[in-house]
Amino acid sequence: MTDFLKKRTSQIVTLENDAPDIACDKKSLAGSVSQRACVFCGSRVVLYPIADALHLIHGPIGCAAYTWDIRGALSSGPQLHRLSFSTDLREKDVVFGGEKKLYHSLVELIDTYKPNAAFVFATCIVGVIGDDVESVCRRVSREKGIDVIPVMSEGFRGTKKDGYSAACSAISTLIGTDDTYEAPEYSINILGDFNLAGELWILKDYYEKMGVNIITCLTGDGRVDEIRRAHKAKLNVVQCSGSMMPLAREMKEKYGIPFKKVSYFGIEDMSEALYEVAGFFQNKEMMNVTRELVTEELKELIPALEPFKRDLAGKKAAIYVGGAFKAISLVKALRLIGMETVVVGSQTGNKDDYKLLQKLCDPGTILVDDSNPNELSTFVKQKGADLFIGGVKERPIAHKLGLGFCDHNHERKEALAGYEGMMNFAREVHASVMSPVWKFVK
Amino acid sequence: MEKESLLTPKSSGFVSTRNACKLCAPLGASIAYRGVEGCVPLVHGSQGCATYIRRYLISHFREPIDIASTNFTEDTTVFGGAMNLKEALNNISEQYKPDLIGVCTTCLSETIGEDVPQMLKIVEMEADRPADAPRLVAASTPSYQGTHAEGYREAVYSLVKRFSYKPALPESHSSINLFPGLWSPADLRHLKEIMTDFSLDYTLMPDYSDTLDNPIWDQYHRVPGGGTPLQKIRNMGGAKASIEFGVGEDYYKLNQNSGASYLEEEFDVPKHSLLSPIGIDQTDKFFELLNELSGKETPIAHTNERGRLIDAYVDGHKYVFGKKVVIYGDEDMVMALTSFLKEVGIIVSLAASGSEGRGLKKALSSDDGETTVMADADFEEIREFCLENKPDLIIGNSKGYNLAREIGVPLVRIGFPVHDRIGAQRILHVGYRGAQNLFDTIVNTLLQVKQDKSPVGYKYL
Ligand code: SF4
Ligand code: SF4
Repeated sequence: MTDFLKKRTSQIVTLENDAPDIACDKKSLAGSVSQRACVFCGSRVVLYPIADALHLIHGPIGCAAYTWDIRGALSSGPQLHRLSFSTDLREKDVVFGGEKKLYHSLVELIDTYKPNAAFVFATCIVGVIGDDVESVCRRVSREKGIDVIPVMSEGFRGTKKDGYSAACSAISTLIGTDDTYEAPEYSINILGDFNLAGELWILKDYYEKMGVNIITCLTGDGRVDEIRRAHKAKLNVVQCSGSMMPLAREMKEKYGIPFKKVSYFGIEDMSEALYEVAGFFQNKEMMNVTRELVTEELKELIPALEPFKRDLAGKKAAIYVGGAFKAISLVKALRLIGMETVVVGSQTGNKDDYKLLQKLCDPGTILVDDSNPNELSTFVKQKGADLFIGGVKERPIAHKLGLGFCDHNHERKEALAGYEGMMNFAREVHASVMSPVWKFVK
Repeated sequence: MEKESLLTPKSSGFVSTRNACKLCAPLGASIAYRGVEGCVPLVHGSQGCATYIRRYLISHFREPIDIASTNFTEDTTVFGGAMNLKEALNNISEQYKPDLIGVCTTCLSETIGEDVPQMLKIVEMEADRPADAPRLVAASTPSYQGTHAEGYREAVYSLVKRFSYKPALPESHSSINLFPGLWSPADLRHLKEIMTDFSLDYTLMPDYSDTLDNPIWDQYHRVPGGGTPLQKIRNMGGAKASIEFGVGEDYYKLNQNSGASYLEEEFDVPKHSLLSPIGIDQTDKFFELLNELSGKETPIAHTNERGRLIDAYVDGHKYVFGKKVVIYGDEDMVMALTSFLKEVGIIVSLAASGSEGRGLKKALSSDDGETTVMADADFEEIREFCLENKPDLIIGNSKGYNLAREIGVPLVRIGFPVHDRIGAQRILHVGYRGAQNLFDTIVNTLLQVKQDKSPVGYKYL
């Protein structure tokens, strides 16, 4: 069976000389079994790592239950973000409205957990039953003296990307609310790193060595008070451009802070990220330190990767991740360990990122936007992939068909960013692809 | 189903839910649908619900689980979901070529007042509908009315109501209808084995023992093989009897629609309500019923299993006696498990469920007072109980891990979901063999604690 939904044809491209541009930024088709989630998911992902804030999900239980502690975004201090709070609306609430329950929930939770701010996520039915979430938030904010920020993230109001923007707007209400802070000269914010498996701490270490001060990482090991000072930075360094670009643009407009898009995966992109920052500050010494740092790291890393490369040379990989920007780094990182990418796609990639991918990948590679299990399973078979890089929803597709798998999503437990992360990545890919169990499968 | 007032606080005094001990209704419905041959579940609502449910089920079953969504947009929410539903049905038919599409509603589609059964009727009556188009069925599963456990029962009920009738042919009248709870695939397989050993003809409804526990594949199976055949569901109205495993006698009256009750009321198929057969007492009840229905003695293989189980109870009795245990999970599972734990001398100090749990309350609170019963519970309440009354052991799904870690007692993983170990599908709970598995696991867990804590480090225990 290779029959796919005909309406999706323009979102699947096999790279050849005159291949057309892939269509993207479209609504998922009803009945397609898209791997995407919803607006709420986008907002939840971005705000989740703010560890000293209360995250209250207003709606029936599911949306909260499914997102309880599922992400690997680590905190060095408070762990409040790992609890799942819901107004758990019941039938009567749906009939008479949920505002009262929302109000009481907020009050009791703020009194109990003393958060530094609260985010209230509106889920699908909230608007439909006529709740005025914003006014309840204003009231509680007044009474409790902390910021209570509504996040209008009803699942049906678009895609995950719209959820990212809703989260960006929520964060932006905090930014600029602490003007007393004096930032050191070389200060940056990191946008779009979620500190999965402690990755931020690896990056922090690099930047510190370079003499760069990170005011806040907003969405990775985030704290409310740090976010309030984010406007004092000289530069925003944006990774995972899909989620945080709206905020980066807004901060540029509002506070004149320029931004740079980077990625921390793989050697090239990681090094590029550090050089970009050093270059921005136009400080010779910083540039020298950076060069040294990179050279030192590579001196160790490159030979350490060799044995993996020897084993993995010529093996084929499929990639299906959230945004296409990350996929670009992954293609490069795989090349570094001798692997070729034969299928690559994303849930919510944009035109620019797909263009870059199209340029980067070898002829014959299948490029796909907003795919589903039927397509992905067919492509990996057709192309003879040995490895699948994706998230939990892609894992059974890989395993059922006898492919290795590497989790590169929000639930990963291995740090994959930075030089250290590249090593982990190689190790993980190797452990999966080289396992002897595949001989029973083939 | 639950219709309580909006500001009734929980036992903790909170009106909000902190770390839910339940999931939402369409998740349960999707599992039930996956247990019918050739069926693809379709969640009528926005994309997120279906995707989260898939993700969640995948983390437990570690299997491909395709669940479609009608993908509501802002327009759908205003103008209704008929068009989306139709488009989804078409796209599923095109991609999956299923025999059946099982639709379940969400909070959103219910709140805007969608009449899905009516919509499906219109689709089915369309003049140009091909003869081999899939059958359609709908279940009403808004989560503000019930948990995943109730959604599961509701979908089973909807399937039975939609398809079963009283067949004219008398040969179907020797069959037994089986309605299990949200059991593991291993449980379902064992149940089938028992029926076969009694030479009883049966319809297991639903049966996801294959569809959610597949062998390795050479190529992707869009609709995995296995499941209850539609034809068998049709014949359920002519069965000799139904056995419903749930919270016992009054399940229907206390909670909601039940497939077995429907068959009894409509087609006079006698209904037998049992707790899940976990432990000797409950399994005995089940086997006695099978003796009666089959007119046969219990096969020797099973009496031997029972004998070995009792032998194990004797060998291990001292290790478990008086141990205090906290259990939580689906209401029916908690009730059956309580029965099992008590019969080996374990004190259930807390039995908690995220369901409304009226059956649970009724059954357990009349007891001796050593068990605290918590319905509509969340994990923070369970945690608060544990901090005050530290148990020796926690038994339940993976959601209790952080709690167990915090208070420093082991967690024995059972039920659903188990997403921090492999093999959730293979956890056997039911029958004498299931009790053997649970007993061994519990005893060995306690022994390990004893051994690890001992300064001597005994090798013989
Ligand atoms: S809206 Fe209802 S059905 Fe959807 S995830 Fe939330 S609780 Fe579940
Ligand atoms: S689609 Fe709506 S109801 Fe479903 S998970 Fe997303 S926000 Fe919740």
